[in-house]
Amino acid sequence: MSLSSSFFGSKFGITERDLDRYLAEALGRGADYADLYFEYLATSSISLDESIVKSATQGVSLGVGVRVIAGERTGYAYSDDLSPEKILKAAATAACIADSPAKVDTVGLTPARQHDLYPVLRAPIDQPLAERVQFVKRADAAARAADARVIQVQSTYADSLRHVLVATSDGKLSFDRQPMARLNVSVLARQGEGTPQQGYSGGGGRVGLDYFTGASAPEAFAREAVRLAIVQLDATEAPAGESVVVLGPGWPGVLLHEAVGHGLEADFNRKGTSVFSGRVGQKVASELCTVIDDGTIDNRRGSLNVDDEANPTRQNVLIENGILRGYLTDELSARLTGGRSTGSGRRENYQHIPMPRMTNTFMLSGAATPEEIIRSVKKGIYCANFGGGQVDITSGNFVFSASESYLIEDGKLTRPVRGATLIGNGPEAMQYISMVGNDLKLDQGVGICGKDGQSVPVGVGIPTVRIDKMTVGGTARV
Amino acid sequence: MTEQQLRAAAVSAVAQALALGATGAECTIASGSEFSVTVRLGEVEKLKEADSCGAGLRVLLGQRQGSSYTSDLSAEGVRQMVTSALEIARITEADPYAGLPEADELGQLTQDLGLASELTLSAAEKIDWAKRAEKAALSADARLTNSDGASFDSHTGVRVFANSRGFAGSYTSTYCSLSAVPVAKSDERMERDYWFSIGRDHTRLESPEQIGRRAAERVLRRLGARKIATQMATVVFEPRTARSLVGHVFAAVTGDAIYRKSSFLLDKIGQVVASPAVTIVDDPTLPGLFGSAPFDDEGVPGRRNLIIENGVLQTYLLHTYTARKLGRKTTGNASRGLTGSPGTGHGNLYLEAGALPPEELLRQVGHGLYVTELIGQGVNTVNGDYSRGASGIWIENGELTYPVTEVTVAGNLSEMLKNVLFIGNDLEFLGSTAAPTLALGGMTVSGVQ
Repeated sequence: MSLSSSFFGSKFGITERDLDRYLAEALGRGADYADLYFEYLATSSISLDESIVKSATQGVSLGVGVRVIAGERTGYAYSDDLSPEKILKAAATAACIADSPAKVDTVGLTPARQHDLYPVLRAPIDQPLAERVQFVKRADAAARAADARVIQVQSTYADSLRHVLVATSDGKLSFDRQPMARLNVSVLARQGEGTPQQGYSGGGGRVGLDYFTGASAPEAFAREAVRLAIVQLDATEAPAGESVVVLGPGWPGVLLHEAVGHGLEADFNRKGTSVFSGRVGQKVASELCTVIDDGTIDNRRGSLNVDDEANPTRQNVLIENGILRGYLTDELSARLTGGRSTGSGRRENYQHIPMPRMTNTFMLSGAATPEEIIRSVKKGIYCANFGGGQVDITSGNFVFSASESYLIEDGKLTRPVRGATLIGNGPEAMQYISMVGNDLKLDQGVGICGKDGQSVPVGVGIPTVRIDKMTVGGTARV
Repeated sequence: MTEQQLRAAAVSAVAQALALGATGAECTIASGSEFSVTVRLGEVEKLKEADSCGAGLRVLLGQRQGSSYTSDLSAEGVRQMVTSALEIARITEADPYAGLPEADELGQLTQDLGLASELTLSAAEKIDWAKRAEKAALSADARLTNSDGASFDSHTGVRVFANSRGFAGSYTSTYCSLSAVPVAKSDERMERDYWFSIGRDHTRLESPEQIGRRAAERVLRRLGARKIATQMATVVFEPRTARSLVGHVFAAVTGDAIYRKSSFLLDKIGQVVASPAVTIVDDPTLPGLFGSAPFDDEGVPGRRNLIIENGVLQTYLLHTYTARKLGRKTTGNASRGLTGSPGTGHGNLYLEAGALPPEELLRQVGHGLYVTELIGQGVNTVNGDYSRGASGIWIENGELTYPVTEVTVAGNLSEMLKNVLFIGNDLEFLGSTAAPTLALGGMTVSGVQ
C-alpha cells in the first residue's frame, strides 16, 4: 500500500513530506530516534438487560502521538487535532527531552514488511446496526430458554475498527486496519430462595460477523454462561492450603500470562527489576514447558500485523523445554540492549508511550492425555475457568482467580467448589508442572491486559497441566 | 477552548439534538492538560505533556436512548456526534424507566469545594522533586539497590455538563502527585513497594524526602519474608488495603446491583449487616477532597449519604434510572465517562475512624496477619465470596514481627463486615475512597501445608 492510498493519506491528506517535516521537528533538539503514531478509532456497543436493548453507543476518536528517544530518555506529546501546527507543536514538546549532542537525520520512509492476519473484508462496525443488535437478543433468548433457574441475563456486543499509521525516523512506515468484535453474556441463576450465582461467557477476535456462528454463536456463549452459573449453585467451599492443582485447557493459560509473561517483558529486565532478570539460558520452568508468545495467529484477539512501532509481529519462544530463551522487546529496549525488537511494542492509543507487551501467550502441548492427568491425582483441585490475575514482577508472586473448579478425589472429578484465588511464585510454580496434556486450546477471545495504566487486547492458551503444589485460597480446611 | 466555550459547545449539542427530533438530551465534555515525568536512578526517563478533550452525548427518543462520543469538538465534529447518537438510539428498545432527572432535582452546590488551585511548579522543579524523592528512598539503606523510578504528575481538568431540562454547569479541578518506587534485594530475593502523596497543589504534598523515606521503609520491611501455615486468624488491614473493603461494600449497594438482584446486600435495608462499630458514608460535599464535586454526572447536586450507620444498612446509592427502577429518588450518585449511559459512582466514600491508635489496635489484636498489600480480583459481590492474594507482617504479642508472603486471605463479605473487631483512628484521604486500620476476626489465611 502507498501512503496516498492509505486511510490517513486519502482521508486526511497526509503526505510523505508532512511526515518528514514532523519527524525533523521531533529530532530538532538532537536525539537518537523519533516516531509518529496516527490513530483513528471508531467503536460501537449494544447492551441488553432484562430482555430490553437498553442502550447503544458509537463514537470516534482521532489523534497523533509523537515520541522522541535520546539515550534512555523518552519524550512524549500528543494532539487530538491533525492540523500541521498542532502536530509540530507536539513534536517540539516531545523534542525537549533531548539535550544531547546526538544527531540523526530522517531517512526516506519505506513501507514495513507486514502480514495480513485479519483480512476481514467488511469490518463488523461497517455492517448494519440492525444485524448486530440481533446477537444480544439471541443470547438473551437462549440463556432464558436454557434453564428455568436463570433470573437475570445481560449481554453486550461491542466492535471497533482502528486505522493506524506509524512513521519512524529510521525509515519505517506502516499502515494497518485493525478490526475487533466481541460478545459477552452474563447470567444469574437462583435455586429457590438460595444465593444467586453468576456465570459468564463470551468470545470474539479480529473477525467478521460470520465468526458468530456454530460454536461461537450467541446461543453457544449463552448456554455456556448458564452452565457455569448452574454449576455454582451446587458448589461447596473451596479448600484452603497447598494442593495439587490441575488446570483445564484454554483460558487457564492466564497462568502463563501472570507467572512468566509479564516478568519476561524487556523493560523490567533491562532495569533489573524482574524476578527473571539476567536469567536467559537458565532453567526457569520444568523441562515439560515450552512457552510461546505469538502475535501472528490468524484473526486472534491478541494478533497484530505490525506492532505499534512499525515492527512486524513474530512468533517468540520465551521458554523452551524449561530454559529461558528471551524477553519480549520493544524499540527502546532493543536499542538499549543491542538486540532487535521482537515486535512487542504496543500502546493503548495515541495518548500513550509504547511498552513491551504480550500478544497471544500459550504453552505447547505435551504427551499426556487429559484423562491420565486427572487420574494421576489422589487429592487435589481441577480448575476449568478463571476470572483474572495479577503479578508482582519483582518478587515473582502472582495470583489468578478460579471461577469454575472441582475437587479431584481418587483420580476423579467430584464436587464443584466456589471461586478461590490461587497464589504462587512464578519461577517456583513453573518448576512444579509435572504433566502436560496433548490438548492445547486457545481462549475464546475476551482477554484484556493492564500494565502501567494501559489496557490492550491479548490472548492466552494452555493444554491440561498438572502442578504438584500451589496455595489455594478457599475457606475449607484440606 | 475556555470553560465558557466548552459550556457553549455542550449547550449547543443538546439544542441540536432536540432540533433533530430527540425528546431529551444531555452532553458531557471533559478537557484536560497533563504533565508527567518519571526519573530513574537520578536521570529523567520519561516526560509527557499534552492537552486533550472529548465530548459525549446521550439522547432520548421517547423511552429509547442512545449515545455517542467524539474527540473532535469542531462544529462539524459536534454535528456528527449528534447525528450518530440519534442514529444508534433508533436500534434500542423502549425502557419505561429511561429518562433525565426531574427539573426540581437538578442543581449544584454553591459552597467552595476547593477543587482547583494554582499549579505553579515549573517542569524543572517537578523533575527536581522527583529526583529528591528517589534519592531519599535509595539512600535510606544499602539494601536498596535499584529503582522503578519516582514520578511527578500534575493535571488540570474541566468538566462540563448540560441537559435539555435547562441544566448547564462546569467546574475546574487540579491535582498533583509525587511517588517513589524503590527496589530492595537481600539473599537473592527482590521486593518493591511505593509511597505517594497527592494534593490539589504542590504545597499540600508531603516533602519529597518524606515520600522517599516512607517508600524505603515499606520495601525494607518486606525483605526476608516467610510463608506461614494455613490457619484461621485475625487479619488487620492497614489503611492502604482497608479502603478496598469499603469499595466492595460500595459495589454491593449500587442501585444497578440491587435491581439486578446481584448483591449480597440485597433486601437488607434496616438490617444489621456489619459490626455496630461500622459506619460507612459517601459525601461529595467535603471541601478539598478528591471525591468532591458540585453536581453528579446527571446534574444533580451531591449530598452526604449514610450507607451503613452503626452496622445497620441505611440506603442504596442511586442515579435517576436505578431510583425509578426501585421506586425511590436519586441519591446524586450518577457517574459516567464520555461513552454510554450513567452508572453509579461515589464522592468521598469512607469508613468512619474509631478511637484506637494503630499501635494500640495491634496490642488489642495480639496475634494475626497485618496486610500491607492485596493482589488479584477474587471478590464476588453477588454472593460475597472473598479470596485475595496478600502479603504483610505477622503480629505476635501485639507487635509487628517478621514479613509474610504468598498467602491468600479468604472469607465471605457478609461475615467479614460483622467480624470487624477494632477500628483505628488513622483515617486519611489519599483518593476518593478511604478507611482507617481495620481488624477482622475469623478469616482463613491460606499458606503452606
